[in-house]
This record gives sequence, structure tokens and C-alpha cells, in this order.
Amino acid sequence: MRELTPTIGLEVHVQLNTDSKIFCGCPTRFGAQPNSQVCPVCLGMPGVLPVLNRQVLLLGIRTALGLNCSVRDRAVFHRKNYFYPDLPKGYQISQYDLPLGSNGYVEAEGQRVRVHRVHMEEDAGKLVHKPGEQTSLVDLNRAGVPLLEIVSEPDLRDSARAYAYLKTLKGILQYLGVSDCDMEKGSLRCDANVSVSDDPQKLGTKVEIKNLNSFRAVARALDYEIARQREVIAGGGRVAQETRLWDDAAGVTRGMRSKEFAHDYRYFPEPDLPPVVVESAWVAEIRRTLPELPRQRAERLTALGLSEADAAALTAAQGTADYFEAALKASGKGAAAKPIANWILGDLAREVNARGAADVAALGFGPERLVELITLVDSGKISGKMAKELLVECLKSGISPKALVEKKGLSQVTDKSALTAAAEEVIREQAKAVEDYRGGKETTLMFLVGQLMRKTRGAASPAVAQELLKELLAR
Amino acid sequence: MKLPETIAGFQTAYRQKELTPREAVEGVLKRIEAVEPKVQALLWSDPQRLREAARQLEQGGGPTSATPLWGVPLLIKDNICVEGVPTTCASKILAGFKAPYDATVVARLKRAGALLVGMANMDEFAFGSSCEFSAVKPTRNPWDLQRVPGGSSGGSAAAVAARMIPGALGSDTGGSIRQPAAFCGVAGLKPTYGRVSRYGLVAFASSLDQIGPLTREVGDNARLLQVIAGQDPSDATSSDAPVPDYVKGMGRGIQGLRIGIPKEFFSEGLEAEVRTAVERAVEELKKAGAAVQPVCLPHTEYAIPTYYVLAPAEASSNLARFDGVRYGPRAAADSMEAMYLKSREAGFGPEAKRRIILGTFVLSSGYYDAYYGQALKARTLIKRDFDENWERVDALAVPTTPTAAFRLGEKLDDPLTMYLSDILTISVNLAGVPALSVPCGFTGKGLPIGLQLIAAPFAEETLFRIGGAYQERTDWHQKAAPCGN
Repeated sequence: MRELTPTIGLEVHVQLNTDSKIFCGCPTRFGAQPNSQVCPVCLGMPGVLPVLNRQVLLLGIRTALGLNCSVRDRAVFHRKNYFYPDLPKGYQISQYDLPLGSNGYVEAEGQRVRVHRVHMEEDAGKLVHKPGEQTSLVDLNRAGVPLLEIVSEPDLRDSARAYAYLKTLKGILQYLGVSDCDMEKGSLRCDANVSVSDDPQKLGTKVEIKNLNSFRAVARALDYEIARQREVIAGGGRVAQETRLWDDAAGVTRGMRSKEFAHDYRYFPEPDLPPVVVESAWVAEIRRTLPELPRQRAERLTALGLSEADAAALTAAQGTADYFEAALKASGKGAAAKPIANWILGDLAREVNARGAADVAALGFGPERLVELITLVDSGKISGKMAKELLVECLKSGISPKALVEKKGLSQVTDKSALTAAAEEVIREQAKAVEDYRGGKETTLMFLVGQLMRKTRGAASPAVAQELLKELLAR
Repeated sequence: MKLPETIAGFQTAYRQKELTPREAVEGVLKRIEAVEPKVQALLWSDPQRLREAARQLEQGGGPTSATPLWGVPLLIKDNICVEGVPTTCASKILAGFKAPYDATVVARLKRAGALLVGMANMDEFAFGSSCEFSAVKPTRNPWDLQRVPGGSSGGSAAAVAARMIPGALGSDTGGSIRQPAAFCGVAGLKPTYGRVSRYGLVAFASSLDQIGPLTREVGDNARLLQVIAGQDPSDATSSDAPVPDYVKGMGRGIQGLRIGIPKEFFSEGLEAEVRTAVERAVEELKKAGAAVQPVCLPHTEYAIPTYYVLAPAEASSNLARFDGVRYGPRAAADSMEAMYLKSREAGFGPEAKRRIILGTFVLSSGYYDAYYGQALKARTLIKRDFDENWERVDALAVPTTPTAAFRLGEKLDDPLTMYLSDILTISVNLAGVPALSVPCGFTGKGLPIGLQLIAAPFAEETLFRIGGAYQERTDWHQKAAPCGN
């Protein structure tokens, strides 16, 4: 049997960060009291009409351009009809055969992933299920929050690439300033379509996976589902076309009753919204004012001498890249790009993870402090090891590195005379090593330096310690 | 004094201080008390609230140029939202529903100083041509209580004809203002699509619906349109075309106006008495100086099938929100799906169900192209028919309905025959053009006949000019319906 190749396509929904909803003036703030951000329009009261929020169109065009899509010259809306209590009008105003953007692409870690379409639509409300109760409550604060749906072509072959695509996409959307892309708040959601086939020219039966609440969940669900489909086929079975829900705790996908998704949405042109002409001059203006995107920024950073991997890692999230560039600027001719990058991608990244912070900028350790820290090391004031410990303390106390060094009297001992007593002690204690060194085994010197460092609890400058020991042993 | 029967009459009486709003309200209430038990035009009215509104109006001083309808009592069709007032579309599914906001037209009427007397009966959700599909009660024709007032704005037309109030608002999707206006012997205007804001009109078919006035006199019709017309930021389909001074325009007469007569509107099925009355009306217009010529609207025969695909399609979607979740009665059920089914089963009447099913069918996958797609194309052709005539003529003159008012129950069990009573009004909605029905005579049985005048988009002024000139030369509109007396 030939190898079964997976094919993956992703549908991403992002909430646009407009102040008001797509078809009414209600605020879009997350986490407000249920049903406090509603009006007759987004409640679907009898007689109300939608009016398009122009900011949504602007952000939609910006996104389409950022994803290299062509932008349609008319914004045309359709109604997608289905019944659900979180859908006040019984239809969702969306776009159908005439999406705002189409035929774009994203360069995701070395792979070009084509973007099939980008379209605008309104979000639905939320059902709140109270544990132990038979009834559900409806919160319509989210109803009418503007969404963009971004659909990729089935260009992805494995979960790692899907993950890379999502990360890249999120970076681009954040750079464009169109969404905060916070999956926890639901401002970015993802559904995956996956199939396996023994003929790379032909797609297998498509399974849609829903309930994916993190990029990691997407990757895990895809791995699980690809393995499951391979197993089904290996066992002589056929993959059923269906929608499956990812159970993150159990690490499995489960089929839904097919009836729940057997919809005929009866799309037809939304008669309440005449097509809006998208002026080409406006599109050109938006294109001209597009911000620098992650890939262009990474190219700029490689020109500074950073590796491609480091540049990509630094620029994936805008906050991190901004932090890097601010530090670079603050350092003037001082610290170079490389140590700044190392700190951000090393110790600071570790702290970000440990603290669950959004990014390095959220640590409360500004770029000027990082520059201070690097300058302390470069000037020999403190050792690299001390700097790492100092960083942790700075984050805890909120005190700047320089102030903390002064406060604690922490500074690298570079005065030989201050180290002489300790060095002589080491020579006395480590008679064997001293003998070896004098016998010509020069590598032993580093052991002795280590002992001296230990005795001074790291305060000694390693270079000075080495020089001093050499002098004393030569006597 | 005797209560004025026209808006202009009220305005004069107030100006000359012969009448106060409170006296007007008492007069209106008295008139309603006398005729409403027979006509059954109202779904809701609150005398105390009305008296209070009149008192407040008086406290605020007299009429100003900003309050052209100061103290004028008006009726609102039950599908136009009035804040705090039951707005039910004469449907059980909105029983107990009070609108949480004013429709734009209602806000404009209130600002203009009008007194809103109550809500007028209609066919449920405006589905019907006889007012018999009201879930509450059928309204009677004031000229013959055994006959229908027409529909769906039957309550509005009957109340004006019965002289309860000098004017009312209706809505017209396929003839729902003009057909009852013709049946009841009053003037009814379907404005250009986009001329009047639809915000707050409970949608039937969004691409066809327009709110318009029903009055006894054409001048009053112009006075009402003047207040409710104009762009509304809450309705993206409302037009920014300027609103001319309609009443002023009427003074210009119709000398030299070119009026087209499309033969397609005078085909078989047109009652002889109606034909004769309309032909005489056209002669009258000639005498007033109009130049009459034949014109052609070749796709007219497709109007009914086109309409009965497009309108139910939009209706099926527009009525999805009536689901028992947020407002209206909710049926007890043990699952979500059952709750939807039972609530809608109990809430919608037979004609609403028929149209929802029809509309759902024509939009469903596999049928969309054959029905909805084709109907959109036919609509374009029908619209083009009209467009091509506006270089040759200023207006068209045709009958409003093929027959006068029919008997209650006569067409109730035969939906197709009922649909055909709109055959002469529907293409106007599909084309989006304005049309005015004015009384132009009576049948041998004393039933009113309507002359329908149609003009180019946003040429309501032309319709008022012609209708006004016609009413200057005739007195059909001054005849009083007997209301069973």
C-alpha cells in the first residue's frame, strides 16, 4: 500500500479590534456583564436594519492586503440562514461567493501557504450552560462583533506546518493591528480540515475538526486525526465525511451527530445592505500605509548580523520585535544586536514562559534595563552568571539592574589585591592541583579559577581571577 | 365644531384657533366609538395615553414651522414600531410584544407634532390582500361591511375611509397600500424604494417594502410624505435624493405632462366597470392638459411569478427571528428544536406558513438557480421595462386593481386567486418606482375604484401633481363611506 499523505486546510476566525460592532454602535469590549452591550439591532428586534461599520471594511482590506490577497471592488454581503439561540436574527450576515479578499498567500517558516479567501461577517452570541440546570442562558454581547474568516488552501502536510502557519498568520494580524488574536478570549478561533490520501493529486475524504482552543491543540488534534484516518484506511475502512470535536483533556477527536451540521444555509444576497463600492484609491492608500510585516522586519534584522532563526523568532510577535529594536536603539553604540537577541530569546523568554506573560514587553523589564544589564556585563562590572541572577532579582523587585548592583554592593571584584587572600587560600587548599599545574598540566588552572570563583561566590571577575592565580603560582 | 376630515382641515382649524388638540382627541375617540365596532380597523388604542399626549402638546405651545403635523391624529400600521406600544404585525407570534424603540417614520411624525391614535389592523406580517389573514380579526370595508377593505394595510385604509382619522401609515410590498386604498376609496402612495426609511418597519421582503401614507386627499398624502421622507443613517437602503416641497409642486397643474397607458394593464380579467372608470379618469387628465400616449411594458406578465419567488424568499429569512427565544410566546418543549418548532407552529398563521415554506424552498440548494436566480433576472427585465419609458412619458395611468372589493371569505381558501388581486400593483415594487392610487369612481354596487399613477424613481412630486389635478376636477374622494349606516 502506498503512503497515505495528509492534506490540511485551516479556517481561522479573528475578531477585529474595532470599538463598535459591525452593524450597530454597541461596544465590543470583552468580559462585560452579560447582555449589557446590546441594542435593538444586535438583539435582532423586529424592524431593525444593519448599517456597515466602515472601520470593519478598512481592517478587512488591510488584512487582505497583508495576506497578499486581491481586494474585490465591491463589498457584498449575504445572509447565511440557520436557527440557533445565539443567532438573534436567525441568519448571520456574512459574505458568500464574493469575499472581500481572495488568492493570497503567507510565507510560513519557509513554506508558502495560499490563502483562499478573507471575508467579513458578524459573530454570534454565546450560550451559557449553568452546571446542573436544564436550561441555557443566552449572552448576546458578542453578537455582531466583527469577524474576519481567513481560509487557507489545503497546502499543509503536517501539524508542524499547520502550527507554523498559524503562528505566522497571528504575527501578521498583530502587526497589521487588526486583532489582538487572543485565543483565550476567543478573538482568534480555528477549525481544521484534514484528509489523507494515497494519491497526492487527489484529496481524501475531508473531516472538519472543531473546538480547537490553542495552536497546540490544533497540532495535537491534527496528529491524532491523521493517525486515526490512516488507521481506519489501513484497517480496510473508509473515512466518513463528518465534523469531529477535539477533546483536549482526553486527547482525541470525537464524531458529532451528523444531523447537527447537516445545514442548508440558503445563502442569498443581504437586501438590507447595498453593495459598498471599494474605491481603488482607498485600497491604494491602505496599501501605502501598511505597517512593516514580520517577514520584512526579519530581513532587516538579519542585515544586522542576526541569524535567520533568531531574526524570525524575534519578529514573530510584534511586541518582542519592538522590544528588541527599542533595546538596540537605547544601547546606542553600546550593546550590539547579538547579545540583546540572546537575552531576549534566552533568559527573558524563559521568564516569559515561567510567568505566563504575553510577551517580553509584559515583564515590566523595559528595554533600557536590558541595555543597563548588558552594559554592566560588558564593562566587567558583573559576570555573566551574576547578570542572570540579577535579572531574576530585578524582575522580582522591580528595581533597575544598576540600582540593584549598587544597593547590594554586588559588583564583580576586579581588584587583584582584594582577591589575593582568597587566592592564596585556594592554593593552600588545593595542593594536588597546584602540583599538577606546576608539573605542566596547564588545564588545571581553570579548575583553580573555578575554586576561586566559588570562594568569592561568583563576585570575582573570571579574567582577573585567572591572571592573579597565574601570577601567584608562578612565584 | 365638526371634526375636520383632512390634515389640511386640522391645520387650518388649529391655526384659526377653532380647535385644540384635546378637543380633536375627544372628537376622534367619539368617531372611533361610533364606527369601530362595525369596521374593526384598530388593534390597539389607548385613550388615556392619547389625551395625555394632547395635553403635553398644548403645554408645549402652538404649532411652529418645525411641527407641520401639530395635533394631527394619525394611525400607524401594526408592523411599524412605536416605542412602548404593542407592535404585533397582527400575529400571535408577537402577542404581548411592545416595541423597544420608535421606527424612524414614527420618530419623525412625533417630532412633527402628530398625535398617534393607535395601531391599525393588517394581514399577518403583511401577507395578504384582504386583511382576513390578521390573526386577531378581519377588518370590514366601510363602503360595504360584507366586503374586505383590501390588504395588507386594510386597517389603515378602512380607518381613513371611515373618517376616524385623516391619515394613516401603511406599508406596501406588492400593493399593500394601493390595493386597500383603491378598495376603500382613499389615496395611497407607495413611495420610491429608498424614499422612506424602513428602520422600524417589521420586514416582510426587504428589497420591496416601503412605508407610505394613506389619506383622503392627495394634498394630505404629500403633507405626510414630506415629513417621513428622506435619508436615514439607520437604513443603508434609504436614498440621499433631496426631498422637494411636494405641496408647493402640486400648484403647477399638469399642462403638458405626458402620460403613458400600458396596454398590458388593461388585459382580460379587468372588470368592465373598473376599465370604464379608469378610461374616464384618463379622459379627465387629458382635459386638464396631459398628453396621453400608449406605452409598452412587455414583461408585466412575469411580475406575479417573480414576486412570489423573491418576496417569500426574503420573508422566510426575515421571519426567522420569531423563534420564541427573545420575545413573543415560547412554547413549552423538552428540547431546543422542539421549542422552535412548537413556538413557530403555534405563532404563525396559515398564510405566513405558506410563504415561509415557499421561500425556504426557492432558496434551498439545488433549487436556488432555477427559482431565486431566475426571478432576479426577471426582476431586472421588469425594471428595465419601466426605465425605458421615462424618456417618453412622465407617468403611467393604470387601474390599481382588476376588480373592486371582494366579499369576505370569497378568496380565503384560494391563495392563487388572492395573489392575482395584486397583479396590477406588484411590478411597481419589483421596479422600485413610486405609485399613487386615487379614487376614480364607483361600481354599480357603490364600491370604490382606484386609478393608479406610476412615475419614475423619486418623482413622487409628479404623482401628487397629477393626483391633485384629478381631485380638483372630481369629487370621488369627498364621498363619505356609509360604514353600515
